[in-house]
Amino acid sequence: MQFPLQSFIAVSAANPWTYVLFGVVGFAFGFTLEMSGFGNSAKLAAQFYFKELTVLKVMFTAIVTAMVLLFGAVGLGILDFSQVWVNTTYIASGVLGGLIMGVGFIVGGFCPTTSLASASTGKIDGMMFMLGGFVGAFLFGETEQYFTQWYNNAGYLGRLTLDQVFHLPVGVVVLLIVLMALFMFWGSEQLERIIGKKDMSHEPKLRLVGAGALVAVALAVVFIGQPSLDSRYVKLTFTRTVNGEQVAYTADQMLEKRLVFISPAEAFKAQYNQSMNPIYLDVRSEADYNLYHIQDAVNVPLDRLTEVIPTLLSEPPANSVFIVMSNDETAAVKAWKTLSASSVPNVYILEGGVNNWIAFFGKDDPQFQPNLNAGDDQLKYTFTAALGAGYKSCSPSPIEYEKLTFAQKIVLQLKRDKSGGGCG
Amino acid sequence: MTTATPAKPRGLFPKTPRPYVHPYFGGMVLGIVLFLALLLTGNGLGSSGATSRIDAAIVDAISPSHVDNNPYLLKMAGGDKNPLDDWIVPVFFGALLGGFTSGLFNGRLKFETTKGPNISVRTRWLMAFLGGVIFLYGARMARGCTSGQALTGGTTLAAGSWLIMFSIFGSAYALAYFVRKLWN
Repeated sequence: MQFPLQSFIAVSAANPWTYVLFGVVGFAFGFTLEMSGFGNSAKLAAQFYFKELTVLKVMFTAIVTAMVLLFGAVGLGILDFSQVWVNTTYIASGVLGGLIMGVGFIVGGFCPTTSLASASTGKIDGMMFMLGGFVGAFLFGETEQYFTQWYNNAGYLGRLTLDQVFHLPVGVVVLLIVLMALFMFWGSEQLERIIGKKDMSHEPKLRLVGAGALVAVALAVVFIGQPSLDSRYVKLTFTRTVNGEQVAYTADQMLEKRLVFISPAEAFKAQYNQSMNPIYLDVRSEADYNLYHIQDAVNVPLDRLTEVIPTLLSEPPANSVFIVMSNDETAAVKAWKTLSASSVPNVYILEGGVNNWIAFFGKDDPQFQPNLNAGDDQLKYTFTAALGAGYKSCSPSPIEYEKLTFAQKIVLQLKRDKSGGGCG
Repeated sequence: MTTATPAKPRGLFPKTPRPYVHPYFGGMVLGIVLFLALLLTGNGLGSSGATSRIDAAIVDAISPSHVDNNPYLLKMAGGDKNPLDDWIVPVFFGALLGGFTSGLFNGRLKFETTKGPNISVRTRWLMAFLGGVIFLYGARMARGCTSGQALTGGTTLAAGSWLIMFSIFGSAYALAYFVRKLWN
C-alpha cells in the first residue's frame, strides 16, 4: 500500500467521513498541546525569558520525532514524498510574516493553536487571543490587495527542501537536525538550571534513552537512503478520463499507449494557450542543438538532466508543461522517465522528436537536405550552417499555422491547491 | 491525621489540576500525531488557515458582493465555493474539542486569566486580543503559523518554514526585554 491514501488527501462532501478523520487529527493535536501545558500563556511566555523552555522542548521533540519517522517511511518506500504537502517557500512574505508573528507571540502569549487549547479550557486570555485572531485574519484579507504582487511573488522559490538548499542527502540533513535539537535540549536544561533555578536532578533518565533512540533512527534513515529513481518510477500512476471514467495508468502504459507523446502541432500551439506555460527541454547534444533547435528550447543534454531537476521542480507547477525532445524519441523517453520519477509534473515528449518537427514545419526549406544515413535518434537532415534557432521552421509563424488540428494529449495536472495543503 | 501536602488529584474528573506531562513526552506524542497525519493524509497540522476561512464564511454570509471584490477572499469563498470545505476546518474544531477534553480529564477546566504578576486582568485581556490580531495578521502573510509552518514545514524540511520559524522566535526574543513587565 502506498501512503498517503488518495481518499484521505482532502476533505470532500463526497466522503463525509474525511471530516471525521481530520477532526480526529485535530482532536489529538489539541489534546497533546493542552496536556503539554500549551494552554497556559505564562508557561509559553516564560520561554522568552529563558526560565522554562517547555515550548522549545515540545516543539523540537515533535519535529525530530515526526521527521525521522517521515523520512524513514519515505526511505522504505511506504510513503510517497511527492504527495506530502511541503510548504512553498516565499522568502519575503515568510520572513516578514514570521517577524510579525513573533511580536504577536510575546505580546499575546499564544500562537493560534495554543490559544485554542487555552480557550477551550476556559482561559479568558486564550479566548481574547482567539477573538483577536479572527480580527487579524480578517484585516489581512482586507489589506492583501494592496501588496498582492509582493505577497505572491517576492522571493518565491516553490517547493524547496533543506537538502536541496545544502546539496546534502536527506538522511544527513535529518541527522544534523536531530543532533542540533539534542544540543538545544542540553542548552535549555542548562538555562533552566541557571536562570530558572530549576532542580534538574529529578529529570527522568529515560530522556537519555530517548535521545539515543532518536540518533539511532536518524542514522538508520541515513543508511536506508531515499528511494531510487527506478523504484519511484514503477510506482508512478497517471489518471486520464476515458469515456467519462477515471482510469489509472502506470508510467509504462502511458508510454505504450502514447499518451505522453504530443504532436509538433500541439507542442507549437501550447505557446499560444493561455492556460499553460510550455518549457521546451532539448536533451540532445550541444552540437545537435547548435545545428538546429526550436525557438526558446533549453539545451539540457541527457547526462546532465538530473542537475536541473531541482530548478524544474521549483517552477510554478500549476501550468508549467515540460516538453522534452531528442532527434527521434529514444533519449526523450529516457528523459521523460527520469523527470517523471523525480515528481516533475506535466512532462510530455515531442512525438517523433526534432526530425518530426522539421518534417512538419520545415519540409520545404531548401536549406537542409535529408541525411539518408541517419541512425536512430540522430538528425535526419544535414544543414548548411549551424544556425541554431535561426531557421524559419524553428519559430513557425502563428499566422501561417493559425489553424492546426491535433488530438490533444496534454492534461494539466494542477498542483495541489495551496489551500489543499498547508494552512495557506 | 492530616498532612500538609494537598491531596493528589484523583478520579476521572479531578477537582485540582494534574501536573502537565513531561515536555519531551508531550513532544514525542505530538510528533507521532504529526507523522500519522502526514502519512495518512499528506497534510500536516495547522489552525490559522481555519481562522481566515471562518472569517471568509462570515463575510460571505453577510455580504457576498464584498467577497467578489476581494481577490484574497475570492480564492476561498468565490462563486459556489464553501470556504469551510477544507481539511483545516475540521482540524480547528477538533483541536478545540481535544484541548477541552484534556482539560476535563486533567482538572484544568476553569474560567481564569493567566497573566504576569504586575499587570491587571484587563490589561492582560487587551494584550491577548492585540497579540491575536498581530499574530494572525502575520500568520496569514507567512501562509501559516507555528503549527502549519514551523512544526509541519519544519518536519518536511521546507526551506521557507525554517526561515519563518527563526523569524518568529528571533523577533519574539528581540522584543521580550521591552515587554518584560507583561510577564514578570
